[in-house]
Amino acid sequence: MEVLSDHNWVLTVGTFLPLVGVLIMLFIPKTDEVLSKSVAIATAAATLAVGIFTLIQFNYDHADKMQFAADAEWISVIKSSYLIGIDGISLPLYFLSMVITLLVMIYSWNHVPSPGNAKAFFILMLVLQTGMAGTFIARDLILFFVFFELVLLPMYFMIGVWGGENRQYASLKFFLYTMFGSALMLVAFLALFFKTGAESFSIPYLIENGAGIAKNTQIWIFAGMFVGFAVKVPMFPFHTWLPDAHTQAPTQGSVILAAILLKLGTYGFVRIAIPILPAAAKEWAPWIGLLAVIGIIYGALGCLAQTDMKRLIAFSSVAHMGYVMLGISTLTDFGLNAAMFGMVAHGLITGMLFFIAGSVKERYHTLEIKRLSGMLVQMPKLGWILGFSAMASLGLPGLAGFWGEFPAILSAYQPAEGLPVETFRTYMVIAAIGTVFAAAYLLWLYQRTAFGEPTAEFAAGHGHDEDIHDVNKFEWIAWTPLLIAIVVFGVYPQLMFKVLDPAVGVTLKAFGG
Amino acid sequence: MLVQATETAETVLTSGWFLDHAYIIPLIPAVAFFLIIFFGKRMPMKGSEFGIASMVGALVFSGGAAYQWIQRVNGVSEEAFVEPVIKSWTWWQNGGFSFGIGQHIDGLSLTILVVVAFISTLVQIYSTEYLHGDRRYTHFFASLTLFSAGMLNMVVAENMIQLILGWEIMGLCSFMLIGHWWEDGANSRAALKAFFTTRTGDIGLLVGTSVLFFAANDWTQKNLGVSGFSIRGLSAWALSGTAGQAAITVGAVALFIACIGKSGQFPLHTWLPDAMAGPTPVSSLLHSSTMVVAGVFLVARVYPVFFEGMNILGTNVNFIVVIGGVTIVIAAALAFVQTDIKKVLAYSTVSQLGYMMMGLGAGAWLPAVFHIFTHAFFKACLFLAAGSISHSASHHSFDMKKDMGGLRKFMPITFTTWIISTLALCGVFPFSGFFSKDEIIDNVGYSGYSLFMVIGLVGAFLTAAYMTRATYLTFFGSPRGAAAGEHHDEGHGHDAHDSHDAHDAHGHDAHDAHDSHGHDDHASHGPRESGPLITIPLIILATLAIGSGLLNAVPFGENWENLKKWVEPRAEVVNVTGVKEPSGSHGESRFVLTAPSGVVAAEEGGHHKSDCGKKAPESGVCYAPQLNHAPFKWSKAALSLGIVFAGMIISWLLCVQLYTRKNKALVGLTQRNKVLGAGYAFLANKYYLDHLYEKVIVRSIAYPISRGAYWINQNVLDGIVNGAGIGSRKIAGWVYRNVDQRVVDGAVNGAGNAAQGAGGALQPVQSGKVNQYGALLFGAAAIGALVLVIINT
Repeated sequence: MEVLSDHNWVLTVGTFLPLVGVLIMLFIPKTDEVLSKSVAIATAAATLAVGIFTLIQFNYDHADKMQFAADAEWISVIKSSYLIGIDGISLPLYFLSMVITLLVMIYSWNHVPSPGNAKAFFILMLVLQTGMAGTFIARDLILFFVFFELVLLPMYFMIGVWGGENRQYASLKFFLYTMFGSALMLVAFLALFFKTGAESFSIPYLIENGAGIAKNTQIWIFAGMFVGFAVKVPMFPFHTWLPDAHTQAPTQGSVILAAILLKLGTYGFVRIAIPILPAAAKEWAPWIGLLAVIGIIYGALGCLAQTDMKRLIAFSSVAHMGYVMLGISTLTDFGLNAAMFGMVAHGLITGMLFFIAGSVKERYHTLEIKRLSGMLVQMPKLGWILGFSAMASLGLPGLAGFWGEFPAILSAYQPAEGLPVETFRTYMVIAAIGTVFAAAYLLWLYQRTAFGEPTAEFAAGHGHDEDIHDVNKFEWIAWTPLLIAIVVFGVYPQLMFKVLDPAVGVTLKAFGG
Repeated sequence: MLVQATETAETVLTSGWFLDHAYIIPLIPAVAFFLIIFFGKRMPMKGSEFGIASMVGALVFSGGAAYQWIQRVNGVSEEAFVEPVIKSWTWWQNGGFSFGIGQHIDGLSLTILVVVAFISTLVQIYSTEYLHGDRRYTHFFASLTLFSAGMLNMVVAENMIQLILGWEIMGLCSFMLIGHWWEDGANSRAALKAFFTTRTGDIGLLVGTSVLFFAANDWTQKNLGVSGFSIRGLSAWALSGTAGQAAITVGAVALFIACIGKSGQFPLHTWLPDAMAGPTPVSSLLHSSTMVVAGVFLVARVYPVFFEGMNILGTNVNFIVVIGGVTIVIAAALAFVQTDIKKVLAYSTVSQLGYMMMGLGAGAWLPAVFHIFTHAFFKACLFLAAGSISHSASHHSFDMKKDMGGLRKFMPITFTTWIISTLALCGVFPFSGFFSKDEIIDNVGYSGYSLFMVIGLVGAFLTAAYMTRATYLTFFGSPRGAAAGEHHDEGHGHDAHDSHDAHDAHGHDAHDAHDSHGHDDHASHGPRESGPLITIPLIILATLAIGSGLLNAVPFGENWENLKKWVEPRAEVVNVTGVKEPSGSHGESRFVLTAPSGVVAAEEGGHHKSDCGKKAPESGVCYAPQLNHAPFKWSKAALSLGIVFAGMIISWLLCVQLYTRKNKALVGLTQRNKVLGAGYAFLANKYYLDHLYEKVIVRSIAYPISRGAYWINQNVLDGIVNGAGIGSRKIAGWVYRNVDQRVVDGAVNGAGNAAQGAGGALQPVQSGKVNQYGALLFGAAAIGALVLVIINT
């Protein structure tokens, strides 16, 4: 793989700058919340500035090549090195993680969930940011694994400390479940290492040598990775941690979880599992596709059964990630592009939906759909933003969601050579039916919560008037970029496809793509 | 300025600025939408000025482009294929292909563009009066404007994806507009139903587009340098003879399913009558030129795909013609049992759309497109007239039986325009509907679809009859209810007569329009004529309901067949040279067409015939199949006119007996006669299709099925997870108690700590334990890795 390594400091700085902020914050007294918050936000903003610099310096004519690449010695005992770089596939996600973190922090300015302690809360978000960004730049399996796991702890504490009533159960379940997946993933990584001659953990090296592993062994190694990544995505039937984690997590946790953390799994498939083990990927693809379409329908049914708005949104992630996985399972450039676009789109849209859910909870102190009604009457702006996000989420063309969903459906018509065509065409039809379900649960949610008159308990003059107010300043600042991005990528998807497409082509070299 | 480079062997096609820049047309209202959203409330006319200005702008641009197109067509000989004005810019790319967004402008798109822009303008003007003082006036105009933008975008679309964009935007806007008065649950349910039903059909759109793309893309890239989404590419590919029959049939059927949903064809028509919950101007726009026409337009747009996929003209029956024919009759029958004037018109629209579909299915492409054109004017007029009645005469009610009657004396302008449009709808000579509808029926028969010609004539009879009934109830007889100046409480009609349709007829619209005005400034008035902002659009539309038929007046001879000359694509084999310049970054794709020298056009009975659609062109491509044109005969026209008059007279006589004389033999017949009663109930319940959809399918998915899935989720899938958690915890506890504490440590005090473990699932666990589990898992991982390595070496 060709590499461009101008400005090779950029990624390291972009990834570890948040930790510098953490270091500074450690010296700020816990009581000085404003200072803590300011330093944290300034750090996130500086990180984003580095991200923007990365975006500007990125050579878009060579989106297929690893850029800003660096290679330094790290743990030479186990032949793992600090090998980083970024290409068209990782750039959007890398940048998205920075944007989301900053926006979430801005939102948190006056939304620190109980029991308070802004300092710790913001520190956790910064640590999380390092983990997320690091995962997207790592090109060494051990480095990837370290970042991948680094993400777990802050999220565990965010849910476990700042979460809802059932937070202990949810956080532990989240931690253990992902840990379980990670363990198998680590097994797979180690096996891969030994089977390729115990030479290196570097992904480019493994891509070159991985294909040489016997097919049966490949299938087993892939299985390990599959569980690790599938839990994170989460794919049916490994998704049950997600609704609990989302429902219990504070708004900030939900947004980050939906927007970035879930993508670590799908990203792992695209970056690691598929290019390194092409023969196994082909064997697994129909099964992944099957689980993906089951997830689409099943997630939608789960949504229809929900009585809680936030839990409904959480289940919709299962369905949406199903489209992403369906795209990936076709092993075609069409499918992978759709999946990559879908990841970013889902991050923007579902992140937005969780923001809204948080704000609704803050105002009504409940997310029970039955008790909510007539939001458009009481908070017209919030109501319209919910409508907008719901429309984006159900894949309305002209908004970002469509470009993850439709091309994924499209790609299933013609999967990579050697995959069972009829099977995938069946998946295509099922996935297309899934779009109707998506419309059903989202619009039904919207009809029940936003339309109609407010329920008696929240009607004007019943003691909730002070809490129920329309979108406030911090919410506007945090949301506007997301809303704009949803429209911009929806109207002009080429912005992202142009970056993704060449890199996807390289990833699929093993399949003759 | 970009100039399309075009030349043919014989003549140079002219173009013009408007024609080259037709892509701007949908952009105008799209920009206006954002202006209304962001600045509308601060404007003196609350945003409606943006909407109206944008529609006028779109109209001017469309008109200019249409004029330049006519010049372009006139500049070439009768036989030459007039190439559409196509432009494309890269919109997205995938797999190394770039896909465009742009324009595909030809006679068809221009016809619809002009109609959409024209009707939208009038509807918006009308709305300024009709929704005056509405609490969401600005939102209403924003949605209305975006709605038109969606339709215009769909019409100019260069490819299927762009078409889907416009298609879905309309779906969204119909949701917003039908649910405009969403405080009432009935309205929001109707909005949901409309979106959801069309979305169900859209499965076909997504699948069909995908199927056709992969089937066509290789061919189109190689031969035309465009993608398999391109409308031009798909058309040429379908007629190239290289298209696989399975793929093209599946693609065509799938796309047609989407058209069934959008254009309210049987069996997905049930959302259309409910959509009457929206404000009347919305119904007018939705039912005349946008939304429901979208499905018909899609079939007409990529007609070669349907032509080949459905084997149109090859057999005497196909999917499209059947659906169209069935829709004509079942919808017309339903129109008889309605008491809501708007619902009569709604079913009438469904029925008329059936004519269009039937025409397309039988190869009568031009008559079908012509019918879209004429229908738009008289149907918009009828809806606006109904709105005028409710606005000024019937106290916001749409109930013909309870709140109307005898209105012709009070509302002369509304009455006259209504009558003109009704005559046009019934197809009475020389009103516009005659020229288009009769042409459809005539051509359907001429092409060998005799059964469907009969259905068309039956439909004409029914149309004349139900429209006569509606006219009689509304404008004749004696004034009743609100029309007689009575006032009744809100929520009337729940228990009143006509209980069969009570939950519909009680009239969401009536109720809500009432609310929406906040203050009721009509309470003191009896029925009267509406103001000029309402009557002037009516007059304009009525004028066109008379005159628009002359654009293609086949009975008057060939010189009158202008639409045929300007709009129907000529089925000619054309060479494609100098292709390979796909939509690049410079933002223009160009292609040059010439007539191939080897092809000699066959002359047949004075009519020029090509083999396009019959057999694959040996060199070059076809963009349209050769279709038949029935020669006009007065004898046939006399037959259908006779049927129409028979329908009117019979219906009139029955109405007089039923409603004015209260003839004892007729009134209440459905209650006395069991067979008739059953038939009536069958119609009143809309063939029980709504029951099937809402009570059976939707309800079962929304409740038992989804709950069952969720139960499995919580108890089976999650049960396994929790079980694993509890199990490993117990094992850990056992190991701790028995191995660690007893064997290794032997100490006593640990037992108390571990005892708390029983029964509590995974709940309250100190974070410290996580480390234990982590260590355990990693230990297992290391062992697993070792095992794997050993096994596989």
